[in-house]
Amino acid sequence: MTAIQTNPVVRLEIASQPELLAGARALIAAMAQRCGFNEIMCGQISLAVDEALCNIIKHGYNCREDERIWISISITETEPKSIKIIIEDTADQIEVSEIRSRDLDDVRPGGLGVHIIKEIMDVVEYEHRQPRGMRLTLIKTNKPSQARENKEQKT
Amino acid sequence: MSNTQQLEIFIESEGDAKIVRPVGDIDLSGAPALRQQISQAQQEHPTRLIVDLSGVPYMDSSGLATLVEAMQIARRNDALLIICSLQDKVRSIFEIARLDMVFKIAQSREDAISM
Repeated sequence: MTAIQTNPVVRLEIASQPELLAGARALIAAMAQRCGFNEIMCGQISLAVDEALCNIIKHGYNCREDERIWISISITETEPKSIKIIIEDTADQIEVSEIRSRDLDDVRPGGLGVHIIKEIMDVVEYEHRQPRGMRLTLIKTNKPSQARENKEQKT
Repeated sequence: MSNTQQLEIFIESEGDAKIVRPVGDIDLSGAPALRQQISQAQQEHPTRLIVDLSGVPYMDSSGLATLVEAMQIARRNDALLIICSLQDKVRSIFEIARLDMVFKIAQSREDAISM
């Protein structure tokens, strides 16, 4: 598991409805902005979370809209700042080794979510949640070079 | 920060081109409507289908999947599918998914029409 110690700042419970994704994205982007990420990175971090939520809705819950998803967000207070997002569900558990991105040379609709999440986030960890469901931990650190870039963009 | 928008889709024509212009976020909730509108436009067999993304501030892989499917149908129909006027955030998802080299992407609608 990851060594970064943080206390959740925000906990959110949402129903497994695609219409609710926009609100979750807005919250994640606002928290990423607090962490000092630039606008493009805030958008990408919320995209990674959106992709994770879409996977849960489509594959975990088979598009059932009355299930629940929990999102916890925390930010480290020490530099370099990191945003940590934990997403939990009660869907059927799957083997963690089966969750992987596909060959991008095979251009076809779908199957890009895991690739996008892994491209954007520094840490992507899937695990079984007790007593049921899956837990996904995502961490993105605002690295010094990235933070400099963010500062230059703001001035 | 993030101004999320309900998706609206406009269909326009210019010369031999059919233009699909979504306005708003394209995500899991909006992608089915876009898919339906593109499919409807493709049933008229235009030689050139342009998807103008100037009004799209956000797209996820559901939107990408819709566009990949549209591109495959266009190829089967010997038609050209061009995507134009991408905002920076949307362009970045094409790059992350390495689809920026797969699609024909134009800077502006005018460029797409003259391609």
